[in-house]
Amino acid sequence: MQPFTTLNGLVAPMDRANVDTDAIIPKQFLKSIKRTGYGPFLFDEWRYEDRGEPEMDCTNRPKRADFVLNQPRYQGAQILLARENFGCGSSREHAPWAILDCGFTCVIAPSFADIFYNNCFKNGILPIVLDDAIVDQLFKECAAAEGYALNVDLDAQTVSTPLGQSFSFDIDAFRKHCLLNGLDDIGLTLQDSDAISSYEADRKQAAPWLF
Amino acid sequence: MGQTLFDKVWQQHVVKENDDGSMLLYIDRHLVHEVTSPQAFEGLRLAGRKPWKISATVATPDHNVPTTDRALGITDVVSRTQVEALDANCEEFGITEFGMNDIRQGVVHVMGPEQGLILPGMTVVCGDSHTSTHGAFGSIAMGIGTSEVEHVLATQCLIQKKPKVMRISVNGALPAGITGKDVALFIIGKIGTAGGTGYALEFAGEAIMALSMEGRMSLCNMAIEAGARCGMVAVDDATISYVKDRPYSPKAEEWQKAEAMWRELYSDADARFDAELVYNASEIVPQVSWGTSPEMVLPVTASIPDLATAKDEVQREGWSRALAYMGLKENTPIAEISIDKVFIGSCTNGRIEDFRAAAAVVKGKKVAANVKLALAVPGSGLVKQQAEAEGLDLIFTEAGFEWREPGCSMCLAMNADRLEPGERCASTSNRNFEGRQGMGGRTHLVSPAMAAAAGIAGHFVDIRDWS
Repeated sequence: MQPFTTLNGLVAPMDRANVDTDAIIPKQFLKSIKRTGYGPFLFDEWRYEDRGEPEMDCTNRPKRADFVLNQPRYQGAQILLARENFGCGSSREHAPWAILDCGFTCVIAPSFADIFYNNCFKNGILPIVLDDAIVDQLFKECAAAEGYALNVDLDAQTVSTPLGQSFSFDIDAFRKHCLLNGLDDIGLTLQDSDAISSYEADRKQAAPWLF
Repeated sequence: MGQTLFDKVWQQHVVKENDDGSMLLYIDRHLVHEVTSPQAFEGLRLAGRKPWKISATVATPDHNVPTTDRALGITDVVSRTQVEALDANCEEFGITEFGMNDIRQGVVHVMGPEQGLILPGMTVVCGDSHTSTHGAFGSIAMGIGTSEVEHVLATQCLIQKKPKVMRISVNGALPAGITGKDVALFIIGKIGTAGGTGYALEFAGEAIMALSMEGRMSLCNMAIEAGARCGMVAVDDATISYVKDRPYSPKAEEWQKAEAMWRELYSDADARFDAELVYNASEIVPQVSWGTSPEMVLPVTASIPDLATAKDEVQREGWSRALAYMGLKENTPIAEISIDKVFIGSCTNGRIEDFRAAAAVVKGKKVAANVKLALAVPGSGLVKQQAEAEGLDLIFTEAGFEWREPGCSMCLAMNADRLEPGERCASTSNRNFEGRQGMGGRTHLVSPAMAAAAGIAGHFVDIRDWS
């Protein structure tokens, strides 16, 4: 996993509440057995006029001109600005995989669905929760200024606007540590192998039918 | 102070508490299907890791399998590759799998309880959000992503922060015709799809405890649609008798010991909850979703909302977009909405009780002329076998339904069963998101009896008036 430290990135606005994981990456693309290659299919049904199929070459597919990510000004964006309950629905990790594969490493929203939020951290994506009113302000600033970029500093836990306004955000200490260092948490958990084995030995006495 | 049901089960599974408040939580049961596991197995291979406890994990393919003649195999090459990858991974790592042609194969959340793989007080995970289903047994059951599937395979644990606990009580007796599905949709309509975010839900009250295990599974299944980490129901006689004598449930002396422990799985009278909601069962009317989020749901007696009644601009925008996608107009009575297809099945409503309820509605009747396809897709091979033993398959086929092989089918349309653009479906599944049942497809979530009745009438009807 790539560490996440700081990011000064172009912002793309996704101005809808309750964006679900079926919209982020439609089901037909879940048939892949790989972790990569989902980027061209991110928001597939909103992005293209035709029905996307796995392994399709998207270069010449007809694009919906009114869809935000198709607009030239948002090409190369690394920060996705979203509304409440972003990532609701299924547990598919293909959703953060597609977001990452499309070049985004940070999503800012007033709230996220739990499983999606958790999945982001496993893939080096920083999901940031900011107050509704602040997110609203960022949407307005983003619409008003082409090339609108935000500066994200994970260590300092701040998001700064081009005018120098700075907002702080909360994050679990453990998740922050893993993200800053690009750590594989399986390796960390296996350092507790003895504790797991000891738990199992006790549990086997109390509830033998589980073993 | 007393403990909540959630606290009791959680506490029994804490391996280690870290300084920052996160915990290493032991996982008793891990269900696996073909869609969210290949990258996890690949991760194990690349790191040279082995599963920590092979007997905790059981797999079955469900999302991609065809619901037509299995002898023909899977014609879609990409789907076939994924199912074959599951077979190969289970073989390589020594994991029990009920393969596509095994009678026990089915939707993972139907198969698990049916086999006795889900027991009260367990922690259960699966790379699937509808894992919440298993909270019906007084277990903590959570959907996880693929990285966590790999983490659980390798360590038998998850790193978790304890969620808050919300009790949702439904008091009084449910009126006739109201099912666990209606209760679930009613609650989501009240609290919204983010209403449960950050919480474990406990469903309680007379109406909940009067539900069958199938009804409780439908309800807990949809806890995730309220945004909750999991949903639970206390253990009672119904739980115990459902679990008894299943292939993987404990036997003899172990059963006695287990039952005594399970009988303790309820919230103590003086337990404190972080949030509490109370509803009256008598308020609940058969539910029909009208939009593109499960919270966009109304009683069948209502009309599509007027945009002027939206609480704010964000909701008005959402409703407006949903109406356009669904091809509906404000103030249209729900009973006037006609349908093109019917889907009865899924992890929400693919159990024997669901097919009995739907069969009772369609018996001796015919699917309406405007209904192009009516599918009845059992949740597992064993549900199919039981339904056929009761003659339900014939009731469905005589009414004009297609009686299929088990799988997730048109709940998410990863196989060939799907809606075409613009088609409208009365569906017993769990999500009405844009494109969920096929690109451009329009989904209305309902109970099995309501879906069956809509199939016969050709439009939504109030099941309480059905004769």
